[in-house]
Amino acid sequence: MPGKSGNQPVDDATQSCWSCGTMRAVHFCSSCGKVQPPVPVDYFTFFGFPRKLNLDTAALEKEFYALSRKLHPDVFGQAGEQERSWSLEQSSMLNDAYRTLKDPIKRTQYLLRLEGIELEEQSKQATEKARASGELKKQVVPPDLLEEVFELNMHLEELRAQKKIGEDDPALLEEIGKAKLSLEEKYDSLLNELKDEWNGWDRAVDAATENNGIESDRRKILDKMVDILNRRNYIRNLVRDVNEAMEN
Amino acid sequence: MATDYIVGIDLGTTNSLVAYMQGDVPVVIPGEDGLNLVPSVVALDEKNQIIVGNAARKYLIETPERAVFSVKRLMGRGVEDIQEELKLFRFRLAEDLQQGEVLRIKVGERAYTPPEISALVLRQLKRNAERFFGAPVAQAVITVPAYFNDAQRQATKDAGRIAGLNVLRLVNEPTAASLAYGLDKKKNGIIVVYDLGGGTFDISILKLHDGIFEVIATNGDTHLGGDDIDNLLIAIALDDIRGDLGLDLRRNGEAVARIRKAVIEAKIALSSQAATKLDVDLPDGKKYQREISLEMFEQMIQPIIDRTVGPCKQALKDAGLKPKQIDEVVLVGGSTRIPKVQRLVEELFGRKPHTDLNPDEVVALGAAVQANILGGGSEITQDMLLLDVTPLSLGIEVAGGVTDKIILRNSTVPASATQHYTTQVDGQTNVAIHVLQGERELARDCRSLARFDLKGVPPMPAGLPRIEVKFLIDANGILRVSAREQRSGKEAEIDVQPTYGLTDEQVESMLLESFDYAEEDFRQRQIIEARREADTILDALAKAKKNSAWRELSMDECRNAETLEKKLVNVKNGDDYHAIRDGIDSLNQATMRLAELMMDTAVSTALKGKAMDVTGHDHGEGTHAGHPMAKADFE
Repeated sequence: MPGKSGNQPVDDATQSCWSCGTMRAVHFCSSCGKVQPPVPVDYFTFFGFPRKLNLDTAALEKEFYALSRKLHPDVFGQAGEQERSWSLEQSSMLNDAYRTLKDPIKRTQYLLRLEGIELEEQSKQATEKARASGELKKQVVPPDLLEEVFELNMHLEELRAQKKIGEDDPALLEEIGKAKLSLEEKYDSLLNELKDEWNGWDRAVDAATENNGIESDRRKILDKMVDILNRRNYIRNLVRDVNEAMEN
Repeated sequence: MATDYIVGIDLGTTNSLVAYMQGDVPVVIPGEDGLNLVPSVVALDEKNQIIVGNAARKYLIETPERAVFSVKRLMGRGVEDIQEELKLFRFRLAEDLQQGEVLRIKVGERAYTPPEISALVLRQLKRNAERFFGAPVAQAVITVPAYFNDAQRQATKDAGRIAGLNVLRLVNEPTAASLAYGLDKKKNGIIVVYDLGGGTFDISILKLHDGIFEVIATNGDTHLGGDDIDNLLIAIALDDIRGDLGLDLRRNGEAVARIRKAVIEAKIALSSQAATKLDVDLPDGKKYQREISLEMFEQMIQPIIDRTVGPCKQALKDAGLKPKQIDEVVLVGGSTRIPKVQRLVEELFGRKPHTDLNPDEVVALGAAVQANILGGGSEITQDMLLLDVTPLSLGIEVAGGVTDKIILRNSTVPASATQHYTTQVDGQTNVAIHVLQGERELARDCRSLARFDLKGVPPMPAGLPRIEVKFLIDANGILRVSAREQRSGKEAEIDVQPTYGLTDEQVESMLLESFDYAEEDFRQRQIIEARREADTILDALAKAKKNSAWRELSMDECRNAETLEKKLVNVKNGDDYHAIRDGIDSLNQATMRLAELMMDTAVSTALKGKAMDVTGHDHGEGTHAGHPMAKADFE
């Protein structure tokens, strides 16, 4: 699935190795093996992968191990200051890239960021704003969950009130438990919804390389993914609230 | 130097070791006393001479105020962190300690920081290695508990520098153990390393894949170990003594030290027998005696060893693994000799742990393997690569005192994160950043690592500067920070104030004060040791002349020996190491037959036993191949 392997030049094939002068790979010289100065690239490019979301994680791991053997600071234990510092930067980028790409959610979030959508930034700003004004952060309830969430919140309210006076209502706990289970199922199914969007995105990437991609299609898919991730986040926070209410 | 030796050092809470790769096999380098373990004990004798290791142990009992142990517990910590330790260990803090200053511990009349005390242990190990190689040693890999935070790691690195060692890498102890374990096996799978040492507990889960040792998750407790078991037993004994004998010995350093020694012996005995006796001489001719059965012992220590369960479960959860997916469990650290601990591990992971390795030595052996890898590798290590993780999340404090995590725990290191900052006020030129380490939500519950002050931000309207700060955790697990103002492209100056730790200047001054010029130091020591050896052989010869064997030598032999004797006396106080060495060697040669005669006639049986022992252990190093007579006199 990956288009190119990591040891082929991505951007500038004419660049040569600083040490031996032959043509070099992106991160290390394919001829003499020396580490090369790091070039700022995105994580997909770092691995020589196309910017697609369906990713063969076994191939990713294999490439990660292969690149680690070339770039890790341990390999440069006896090298000069400059090479050691390049190796440190290259290998931290390798590790950051691997950590991000191997996880389906982080991978999607990262792609969204590359496409100019600052998911985390949005949420962070909202959180900080809410904190500064001393208000609770307003969560937009996904419409399909409206009814369920309304009921659950009432139950939680009730549970907290009961706990305060030291009472215990098994029926209520059961209701909440059921609601939690249903939320968790939704949470899991959202990953599958997300994967459907991946297919759409990957097709759009292929179409773009054939010069017949439609920008509005790409946009739609991205928005859909943002929506799925937001809903997923919302459910995760809700489940955390439920757990807290039940524990306290 | 023809060969640059890189050694692996296990700087333990209780014991320390130094090892190196001898061909394909990592081996521990013994000390002058022939023992592999160097107790991490430092003492000052009556003349304020520094004593380290086994020789320092007697001071723990005789003059406890002149000796320190378990100082690893204090590395990278502040006064407010160690209140609990102080109740148990009676470390004497320097009286003039200022708020925010690095701890100083009193030993006799002097006061040392924990890194300095550790440096004294490291220096001893360095000397042991130098004696063994007959050459200076300046580079080392040092192990640290996997769960050590940035400050504790930095303190360990500082200790290395103070000892005159270039610390090529800090390696996590369980990971080092896995290197020693996996060295000759070349197998793939998931292994768990359960490391319960003298003062720290670590659990690491690794994936072994064609020579890559990838840590998937790690967890632990940097203040949990055999020490805690000892302290519990001591507390029980002190209570007993107060109840039965009406003696309050809690403030009596010598008595506590005696009890400590006794409970440690009891603990060790209970690893192989069903009951043991505590028998301690107390002041005023009183005695404390008590039977401890294995059953009682196991009941008492249950709460302590149960504290290892949480970290194990968390590590499994972080790794996303179930116990049945684990292929092998490896035990490390002296406390895993306790049968109850082994049973606990077996229950936790559903399999019998691997106990073939010497739990005291495996970490040092692994450090030697890593030292070899960093030195360029050899045939057996060339495919080996260690990918370790950071044990704790790295965060920065944001509005409301909340921690914003930017590098999560169990991220493979080196790892980095980039954050963007701007200014709040027009013309603002400084931005303060508070860096934290830990898992908690609130900044005040996390460990404060450092406060950074970004200086020299070009004056601009508020919100316009865009300062990019890069946080990078290196392969040692130590944080590095760099910053750049993106609009001007200017590298911002960073003023780092470590919350707990020595500044570079402080480390530098400690280094210069005590151990200046490692190479010169080594030459001097070589000369001193050679002189000592010369004295020994000269003494032995003087004694041998009174022996009947002397009269059996020919006139020539006698004359030759006496000429060489005079020659050695003449050169031994000079500074020419090689002349002294040659003098010793030729006198050694010339008196060989004399030594043999003395043995044959069995005039001295003690001498004979020693001499045979020596010939069996001749490393052929030249410098250290001792003379039979000389060696015999060491007794």
